[in-house]
Amino acid sequence: MEVSDSFYALVETVCRDLYIKSLKEIPPDVVESIKRAAAKETKEVAKRIFSHYLRSIELGKKENMMVCQDTGIPIYWVKIGGKLRLDGSKLEQAIIRGTERATREHPLRSSIVSPLKRENRQTSTGDHIPIIHYEFIADSDVLDILFMPKGSGSENMSFMKMLVPADGINGIKKFVLENVVGAGAKPCPPMVVGVGIGGSSDLCMTLAKKATSRPVGSQNPDPQIAALEAELCDAINQTGLGPQGLGGDTTALGVHIESAWTHITCNPVAVNIQCWRAERRRAIITPDGKVEEGF
Amino acid sequence: MAEFRFKTPLTEADVRQLKIGDSVLLDGVIFGVRDGNLIRVFDKNVAPPCDWKGAALLHTAPNVRKIGPGKYEPICVGTTTSMRMDRFTEGLLRDYGVRAILGKGGLSQNSAALMKQYGAVYLSVTGGAAAMETLQIEEIEKVYWEDLMPECIWQIRFKGLGPMTVGIDAHGGNLQADVQQQAKDKAAEILKKMGITS
Repeated sequence: MEVSDSFYALVETVCRDLYIKSLKEIPPDVVESIKRAAAKETKEVAKRIFSHYLRSIELGKKENMMVCQDTGIPIYWVKIGGKLRLDGSKLEQAIIRGTERATREHPLRSSIVSPLKRENRQTSTGDHIPIIHYEFIADSDVLDILFMPKGSGSENMSFMKMLVPADGINGIKKFVLENVVGAGAKPCPPMVVGVGIGGSSDLCMTLAKKATSRPVGSQNPDPQIAALEAELCDAINQTGLGPQGLGGDTTALGVHIESAWTHITCNPVAVNIQCWRAERRRAIITPDGKVEEGF
Repeated sequence: MAEFRFKTPLTEADVRQLKIGDSVLLDGVIFGVRDGNLIRVFDKNVAPPCDWKGAALLHTAPNVRKIGPGKYEPICVGTTTSMRMDRFTEGLLRDYGVRAILGKGGLSQNSAALMKQYGAVYLSVTGGAAAMETLQIEEIEKVYWEDLMPECIWQIRFKGLGPMTVGIDAHGGNLQADVQQQAKDKAAEILKKMGITS
């Protein structure tokens, strides 16, 4: 069924609302994970930091406040149902307009500048921003939009290396652990560590970013990868960096790994980190304009 | 770990009392700075249009609503990662007499040595908990260099900003660097135990 023009207008307002709401309501799985970490924390400074996190989460939800000042780089993960008939260019324009409207109408800080002149249009948009990833889902007739306002404290802590096959899984483990510890306090721990393995260099980093969009503590369906996630999470939490890197028992809320097949000579690994808020928000839109919100 | 509360501007005696891990609340004017405006001060040699003697500088770039010419009210004011501004520490302390840098994630051992030399501290704000920080603002008094929006210099009056953790004291202590070094040592030990390194 071909969608009507009002569908694109709806996508625009949905994207505006996703941006604003994502900054105010922390996903429930993240909140639970922070609460669990706070409850078992033994260090005094860390306990105080956790109380600040929980207070800010509460202010976001109950007082309609932004939890963090960083409006981030707007990133959309869009899944288009194979049975949905729509105009891709109109869809893209609607997403861009929604991003701009959130910035203007709330208003939000525009965190987006040109790379050399550092020019800010005050719209949270620019060349190739927002970032929009598309996937196509067989037999589905809905549009599924997952939004992430990706903060820079954690985004600046991104690491990629083209390991070689002889480096093996051990090379991956070493790369992840050393870079997470190297990031230290900068990405606002406890963090969600996204890891990409395989693919090409660009796909590998995209997988690492996508991994951070999974619910906290979710497991990769491949048992070998799930075991690697658990092993790395345990290792990171033994380092004692703790919240804000001031020392504590929880440094990672989770390690999420996504993988792709790769070239016979390649063994790529990428790390992309999310801060303790791990903000994301989802909307599923049906062709007749019903919207279901989630995370 | 003692608790302190000061009013800005700060004196050398104020900050010399502090030790890493102590908890601090601040009242009074605090200047919001970050990449864009510090690059203008130090790389383009434009003197800041405000007096930073004894000042506390906060690494920030807020979300605001414009309510009149040069007048803004806060929507969300939080703290950004300090290490990006690490190379400006010396100039801020030596040339402008800054006594406290407020931010998140810590500063380098070089900054810690400078803070010992000049008598200044680094106060670690809880990053990402900006909602709490925003409620501690009384007023955004003035904004300088609006053309850099949002990277202007923000003159903000706080009541009880914090509690912040003393990350670097004026005696050479650097808490976040210590914790990170311990974490690196631990990671090396874990990799050995996993049989990955020898």
